[in-house]
Amino acid sequence: MKPVLVISERDNVATALQALEPGRDLTIARGRVAVLDAVPSGHKIALCVIHAGEAVIKYGSPIGLATAEIPAGAHVHTHNLASTRGRGDLEAPPPRLAEPPDERNGSERNGVGKS
Amino acid sequence: MTERPGFLGYRRPDGRIGTRNHVLVVPTVICSSVVAERVAAATQPIGTAVPHLAGCGQLGPDMRVTHDTLAAYCGHPNVGAVVVIALGCEQVVAQTLAEAARRHGKPVEIVAIQSEGGTVRTTAKATAIAQRFADALAVEPREWCDASELVLSLKCGGSDYTSGLASNPTLGRVTDRLVALGGTAVLGEIAEIMGAEHLLASRATRPATATKLIQIITRVETEARALGLDIRGTQPSPGNIRGGLTTIEEKSLGATHKGGEVAPLADVVAYSAPITQKGLTVMDTPGLDVESVTGMVGGGAQVVVFTTGLGTPTGNPIAPVIKVTGNARTARQMADNIDLDVSGIMDDSETLDAAADRLFAEVLAVASGQQTSAERLGHREFAIHRRNPTI
Repeated sequence: MKPVLVISERDNVATALQALEPGRDLTIARGRVAVLDAVPSGHKIALCVIHAGEAVIKYGSPIGLATAEIPAGAHVHTHNLASTRGRGDLEAPPPRLAEPPDERNGSERNGVGKS
Repeated sequence: MTERPGFLGYRRPDGRIGTRNHVLVVPTVICSSVVAERVAAATQPIGTAVPHLAGCGQLGPDMRVTHDTLAAYCGHPNVGAVVVIALGCEQVVAQTLAEAARRHGKPVEIVAIQSEGGTVRTTAKATAIAQRFADALAVEPREWCDASELVLSLKCGGSDYTSGLASNPTLGRVTDRLVALGGTAVLGEIAEIMGAEHLLASRATRPATATKLIQIITRVETEARALGLDIRGTQPSPGNIRGGLTTIEEKSLGATHKGGEVAPLADVVAYSAPITQKGLTVMDTPGLDVESVTGMVGGGAQVVVFTTGLGTPTGNPIAPVIKVTGNARTARQMADNIDLDVSGIMDDSETLDAAADRLFAEVLAVASGQQTSAERLGHREFAIHRRNPTI
């Protein structure tokens, strides 16, 4: 089993398919990433630096905004990523029809599932 | 030319196709629900009840949803005959439910607790009627039906990271195949489209359909925001978050894979409203599993495919619910609840297309009568969505 899965080439996070220990070197299509934090299986790891306020991208689409500077190799979860939707505690923008292209057929995904 | 895929179903007088042939025992109101359950228990597995908490003390729109949902079940193609258990003083009108069954060519009788003279007499009389109906239904033959006759409900629950990577994309491929064959699929759970609506809207057959989708998503989001709370904790759920899902956008993008990648978005309909367009329909249901499945079956789905990461037992009183997981641990730990294990996708031992082949075959086998785990275990959960307080 591959240690991580990058779903779309637009993504700046990958999904850990097994628990990742700090110090481990991962090779992905676009290069190498050194694991910084312990990342549980099923959780996300940053593939590059994601600055506070930048979108975290998975499935080729934004899944929220970084709430802190996220270095490459860091665990990405509720401590550094927040939703922009359904946030009654903030004043969230209404949903938009502006659409990023559907990247779910990204090339790296092809390696995993498509035959 | 290859033979078209199909299944053995029950062709109804209204032209629709059933995958099951139940006697439906319908309480008009919470007060007659226990009697309905007893009548169904005495005549199961053909007899099945839809006990519920509503039917009285409800205002306009909520009352209409209760009524329309119960009427939709009375007319549903998986139902061969109907027994209505009334109380006598409730808001839901037994005659209107009976009329819904008759309109679709189904035999129906009403037994009312107040006029019959109590629980014991009502239960005895209604059980005798239900048994007579069941005896007649038991000998009705199935016949070959084209796969395009299927209306497939797409559901996920207890999601984890495997849902968006394995089980939902597998189901999405089945959706695309079924729709390409001329069939129909329905996707609910508006909150779990939030963040992925651009993908579905871009596949709408008409601009008005895309607009309608965006409008109901905006409504749900506005309702959630009006409470002044962060929906995190509800969406995603605590279990979703433990499983690695961080935001509703992430959950939605994974969940929306169930709707395929190319199937056109043909319609957007209200809760439990009839699904009339071939292709993909989005139904306005809440994310709560049982309320969502109840509504999509009410709309006419004859089979439900329910993907899960963490595992969940939910069934339905009249429609088979097929459980699919991409989590190998769940497939082992909750083996009695799982119908199909697609965890091979996670370790590269199976392709999505191969898993989709198996799931499509499973859907057709279940449509032809093969029992699901939920059916074998007696899971018949039913809950009508409510938006307003009881008065």
